[in-house]
Amino acid sequence: MTLLLKGARPYGEDAVDILVKDGVIAAIGESLSTTADTIDATGLVVLPGLVDLHTHLREPGREDTETVLTGSRAAALGGFTAVHAMANTDPVADTAGVVEQVWRLGNDAGLVDVVPVGAVTVGLGGEQLAELGAMADSAARVRVFSDDGKCVSDPALMRRALEYVKALDGVVAQHAEEPRLPVGAQMPGGARSARLGLTGWPAVAEEAIIARDVLLAEHVGARLHVCHVSTAGSVELIRWAKSRGVQVTAEVTPHHLLLTDAQAEGYDATFKVNPPLRTAEDVAALRAGLADGTIDAVATDHAPHAGEDKECEWSAARPGMLGLEQALSVVVDTMVDTGLLTWREVADRMSVRPAQIGRLAGQGRPIAVGEPANLVLLDPSARAVVDPAALASKSRNSPYAGRELPARVVHTLLRGELSVLDGKVQK
Amino acid sequence: MRRHLLESADLDRSDATLVLDTAAQIESALAGREVKKLPTLRGRTVVNLFFEDSTRTRISFELAAKRLSADVINFSAKGSSVSKGESLKDTALTLEAMGADGIVVRHGSSGAPHRLATWVAGSVVNAGDGTHEHPTQALLDAYTIRQRLGRLEGVKVVITGDVLHSRVARSNVWLLHTLGAEVTLVAPPTLLPVGVGSWPVRVSYDLDAVLPQADVVMMLRVQAERMNASFFPSAREYSRRYGLDATRMAKLGDDAIVMHPGPMNRGMEIAADVADSPRSTIVEQVGNGVSVRMAVLYLLLGGPA
Amino acid sequence: MVLHEPQPSTLTDAVPGSTSGQPLLTADDVTRVVDRMAHQLIERAAGSTTTGDGLADLVLVGIPTRGAPLARRLAARIEAFTGTAVDVGTVDITLYRDDLRTRGVRALEDTRLPDAGIDGRLVVLVDDVLFSGRSVRAALDGLRDVGRPRAVQLAVLVDRGHRELPIKADFVGKNVPTSRTQQVRVRLAEVDGEDGVTVTDA
Repeated sequence: MTLLLKGARPYGEDAVDILVKDGVIAAIGESLSTTADTIDATGLVVLPGLVDLHTHLREPGREDTETVLTGSRAAALGGFTAVHAMANTDPVADTAGVVEQVWRLGNDAGLVDVVPVGAVTVGLGGEQLAELGAMADSAARVRVFSDDGKCVSDPALMRRALEYVKALDGVVAQHAEEPRLPVGAQMPGGARSARLGLTGWPAVAEEAIIARDVLLAEHVGARLHVCHVSTAGSVELIRWAKSRGVQVTAEVTPHHLLLTDAQAEGYDATFKVNPPLRTAEDVAALRAGLADGTIDAVATDHAPHAGEDKECEWSAARPGMLGLEQALSVVVDTMVDTGLLTWREVADRMSVRPAQIGRLAGQGRPIAVGEPANLVLLDPSARAVVDPAALASKSRNSPYAGRELPARVVHTLLRGELSVLDGKVQK
Repeated sequence: MRRHLLESADLDRSDATLVLDTAAQIESALAGREVKKLPTLRGRTVVNLFFEDSTRTRISFELAAKRLSADVINFSAKGSSVSKGESLKDTALTLEAMGADGIVVRHGSSGAPHRLATWVAGSVVNAGDGTHEHPTQALLDAYTIRQRLGRLEGVKVVITGDVLHSRVARSNVWLLHTLGAEVTLVAPPTLLPVGVGSWPVRVSYDLDAVLPQADVVMMLRVQAERMNASFFPSAREYSRRYGLDATRMAKLGDDAIVMHPGPMNRGMEIAADVADSPRSTIVEQVGNGVSVRMAVLYLLLGGPA
Repeated sequence: MVLHEPQPSTLTDAVPGSTSGQPLLTADDVTRVVDRMAHQLIERAAGSTTTGDGLADLVLVGIPTRGAPLARRLAARIEAFTGTAVDVGTVDITLYRDDLRTRGVRALEDTRLPDAGIDGRLVVLVDDVLFSGRSVRAALDGLRDVGRPRAVQLAVLVDRGHRELPIKADFVGKNVPTSRTQQVRVRLAEVDGEDGVTVTDA
């Protein structure tokens, strides 16, 4: 297939024409012409296709809340060309069989590269290492391992996991939450949780694990990735570790860049998430950390949930919120419109670095001739109010419902094929 | 217009004073009468929706509603569809369909009354939610203090016990502050919330040090099972450091009163001879609870539906 | 929580703060009318008992807000004219009203009855304005719950007509023909700082 994108602005810079042919960028220049299809991309910013390190697609197990197909649609509409599917499915993705199943479902959907994450421990039980090598060697080529949703809290086991995946060129993505500190916790431990009577999930429960893990990673010379960093203290710890040369990378979610614990005031469980929404000071530190590169990547932690798991008491609700379709808009709102990131840096944090962390060869590449045509074109001047009913996800637990956000994904290309055209998913 | 009583934190001074004044008028209007019943809420339905056992609170609300001639339905979660897995929302919609004008809810989860209020058209009264609030308890406590001491402004109130897990403490902190009292919380640091520094209170770890200045000492129930979670080493040590016995009570000023929301652990946080002393308002608190809850039900349910 | 704000009764109050309108009774008129009503009460009470001194039997029960000071004034005048103190009380009718649903709840006022109670005695309800009669009905309901008087009678400063219930005053200070849309406003020094009655066209 051949496609000409007329007048697009790579990284928000000068407008050019981009000719896409056979899945790669064939030419970039002014006044290109073709007999094939042409898309008027005047005014649209073009970035490399986004890569999500942290997505819950819920299949297998909770197909009532999301499937690989519906999650792929949401991802494509959000401008993603690759997503990492977290391992906490039912059954858990802790064997080559399960990760290959998810990988195959992703291939069948064909809208984004669905890259399975393998569980670190059998059944996320935190006791015995899963067959990490088998998953790495499978068709799914797993490189990111995580018990996300649960912390690998046993320090000896965490050390072994960090060491073991070195042989696989893999990385352990840690859900940093010391399980014995936030017992039954629902909220950040602080003034607001004290008043609302919601048990605190204190920053120290996250920071203590990060501090331990960066020291372990340094000790064994392994790569460590920290999931959904949520506190100012965590940013400080990671900054310190990087300054020592520790091979640590970190991600922040769009919701932690935008929302604060003030959202819990009405006890609307849509805003219950793990780690919890924190204070405005934490949000500022996370934005600064993302801006200066201490935090490497934005990852959605897209977590679909059924209505009955959210329309209930706060304590009974499941934690998590949707993120794929609004991630880029939130980053534009919090980081671009505020002057904290350039478009090139957005590409770096949402595509280049996550692809490097996940060791995805064909993703996160520059917009240049000969590179795979994984691209997103967005209209930075558009603004829209988020309507959960209009989302492609099977679930409706968007924390942005009713909120006006900037920027709209107009087209997405996966290896030269349009997965999204004019805001409409193609499969 | 909002028509709920969800937390004392959002009662302003005039709201709170209106409730207390109304309770006082109701109490004096009913004093000495043979017919202790008013026709005010005739034809209105009040549902007591209790997901936790609390016989005393439920009875108090039931009596309050009946004295205002409302129809009262007691809906206990035990033995109902709730115990068969029905969600809070479905329960709410069921009660709504049955035409409940007011729902008095006790729930183990903080914020459950707030959620309920978004699903029903009737008024929701929080009768205790998790470790969040119990606003009518605070109102009846304030009423009792005002009745005994004649004022709330500047009254020094010491609240002692398991503040961390206490909805009574939270409701009292906000309401008493709103009404001008000075609150001091006394507890071992393990039983105070981490964010307590942002509350409009003083904090002390030493009960003996604060008793001589206190006008009111409010003792909170301390559950022995907290001991197992290492909040304190033993019941005996807790009682020795934070319990109110006759020796400690002797440090109080002449007019100071001793309160307890009940149910008491005699011998744990309060000694029997203290609970039964003339300083104790524990029995009055129960009676005042009915008047205050009548006032709340009248103000919330008496007007246009 | 936002509670219903107490509302002024539009039965007796004009536009809040308004002192304009047709003067119906001046302060002196009010004094004269109260004196006359006191005399009528003395006569009626004296003639209505078998035990001789009917005033001991009499209880003046004011309906708040302005019925309460009016009852106290009548008692004071009766004592001045006869040397006999008369029992006074108030009965707040708010919780007995039939218009809470439509007009909203309001703050309660005092209910206070004499220590001797009202059983077997002549209760005279006192109010400032008699209009629809609904306040009086509510007061009768309230009285029923607190005791069993020998008889209940009604004294009002102004009767403006337009009854909606079969209720008639036994003592009337002044009959005032009005239209339904007019507002009659009674002011008493104890509540309003001065005495007077005005009629306002709505």
